[in-house]
Amino acid sequence: MSAHPAAIEARHLDFYYGEHQVLFDVSLTVPERSVTALIGPSGCGKSTFLRTMNRMNDLIEGSRCQGEILVEGQNIMDPAVDVVLLRKHVGMVFQKSTPFPKSIFDNVAYGPRVAGEKNRAVLADLVESCLRKAALWEEVKDRLTTSAMSLSGGQQQRLCIARTLATDPRIILMDEPASALDPASTDRIENLIGELCANYTIVIVTHNMQQASRVSHQTAFFYKGKLIESGPTMKIFTHPSEKKTEDYITGRFG
Amino acid sequence: MSEQDPSGKSARTNAGFINGAPVNGESAKRRPAVSFVSGGDRHIRSRLMLSRVFAWLCRFSTYAALAVLVVLLAAIFYSSIGRLSPDFVTNTNSTSPVKAGILAGLWGSFWLILFTAMFSVPVGVGSAVYLEEIAKDSMLIRIIKVNLANLAGVPSIVYGILGYTVFRTSAAAIAELFDGKHVIGVLGLFKVRLSKLPMYEDNILVGALTLTLVILPTVIAASQEALRSVPGSIRVASLALGATRWQTIWRQVIPAALPGISTGVILSTSRAIGEAAPLIMLGALTYTSMCPGGIESPLELLTKPAQLLQAPLDQFTAMPIEIYDWSKQPDARFTAVAASGIVVLLVVLLSINSVAMVVRHFASRRLKW
Repeated sequence: MSAHPAAIEARHLDFYYGEHQVLFDVSLTVPERSVTALIGPSGCGKSTFLRTMNRMNDLIEGSRCQGEILVEGQNIMDPAVDVVLLRKHVGMVFQKSTPFPKSIFDNVAYGPRVAGEKNRAVLADLVESCLRKAALWEEVKDRLTTSAMSLSGGQQQRLCIARTLATDPRIILMDEPASALDPASTDRIENLIGELCANYTIVIVTHNMQQASRVSHQTAFFYKGKLIESGPTMKIFTHPSEKKTEDYITGRFG
Repeated sequence: MSEQDPSGKSARTNAGFINGAPVNGESAKRRPAVSFVSGGDRHIRSRLMLSRVFAWLCRFSTYAALAVLVVLLAAIFYSSIGRLSPDFVTNTNSTSPVKAGILAGLWGSFWLILFTAMFSVPVGVGSAVYLEEIAKDSMLIRIIKVNLANLAGVPSIVYGILGYTVFRTSAAAIAELFDGKHVIGVLGLFKVRLSKLPMYEDNILVGALTLTLVILPTVIAASQEALRSVPGSIRVASLALGATRWQTIWRQVIPAALPGISTGVILSTSRAIGEAAPLIMLGALTYTSMCPGGIESPLELLTKPAQLLQAPLDQFTAMPIEIYDWSKQPDARFTAVAASGIVVLLVVLLSINSVAMVVRHFASRRLKW
């Protein structure tokens, strides 16, 4: 992993919701073009940490962040950083699939459109290639104009991934992308993650330890707002150096 | 346990369960047979009776309201016999009950509603978007939100007084300022001599601005409600794709809220059509045979472009004002005229409400939920 340059580097990150501190001095390096899994019990701060990477936490009133997060070498906490541009490069897929009440085509074309792309042919090509990358094209190519709401849960989630790919991001953040899906759909999403990490840096939050061990190269274990341990997934799951990590992955708590 | 069945007393006291199994099998066996036949139990009978009475009371209130409405409508239609005819809507007002028609009021109401909608939609929807989507939660915002409901409850005549003080007085001042002077029009493209374009202080625009005040709280409240019903996940997903707040509001939130917003706007507008009090307060004409701008048919909207400019600055009357006026006439034959006016007003209201239904249908069909 160390051969890859860092895509994201968090340095001494503290995060507060009002007076309540939820992240304590988190430092983590995410290598480029790899999958990093964030695991830990509910409320441990892993989702909050994920959302600091594209500054989605800005939407929460009274939240405050200290420390640095370097994305491609730039500190995104810098006031000069434009969150709109940041989010174009750091895409996000949510736990609950959130298709817009529009057609499948318009859902995928939304990101490029808000970024100013108007050319119908360019959009059509982009929509097709993104749907192909998300392994959804064959299922929807004949009904691109129908509502995205008519898709099944697993298809909706792959549509959300395609929609994210359409903005041509470098990094994709996934917040429990498969936790609401059936095993077959989960399998497809996991395979997709395996394919996408050849070109994209992926950070995934998951409650499912098997999933973390299956899809990720690097795993970071969070507990009560602190990053307890991080390292190659194999090592974390077989020889964790911290007692807490071992207790968690063997199911003794959490 | 106050409602114990005497025959089952011993069974009840003995029935104890540990791990789902009766402790004392014998006493469990002795429990009396249960009957599901209605009327077997005094309590269930009274409870069912209460439930039935309640259902009947609700039914009665619904049908009583409906019956009153039907009687009212029938009475109005009956009274309108003798005057309700095609020429009632093509004639303007007259001192003769045989000739008096509602055309001037119809056109007055048309212009009023047109401008009321033009003023209230952008301001109302804009305020709602600001309050729901943009403003950060603060004391001031909370005070505004709470008081919007209070504003909606203010009697319309109060807005009439406000309209008189603010809009009519300003219109009078403007009219005086420009009277007889040449004015360079929009971007200097055309010259208008305002002395030839009579601007009255009790004009359509003043009326429409006042009606805007009347319905604005309702429009804002309906739009807020519609915006609140848009799931937050849509906003978050849009922002996460690199959309700005404006793009998120314009491309996702407002389209999703549009059915609710348009219904609210149209229903509020139809309320404005029935308003007489604030307009009378402003000094709208009660008796006139002039339509605003002299436009008397839809065709003249196209053939008399100069009058189009004049109409908003013209004096006016409105349907509810004319109806009120006719109902006060000593000549008993005017009763039929007033009733005919009400029929026309109701027809207009019903058409607007059906437009609301159609708009709602199409607005929600464009969304692909």
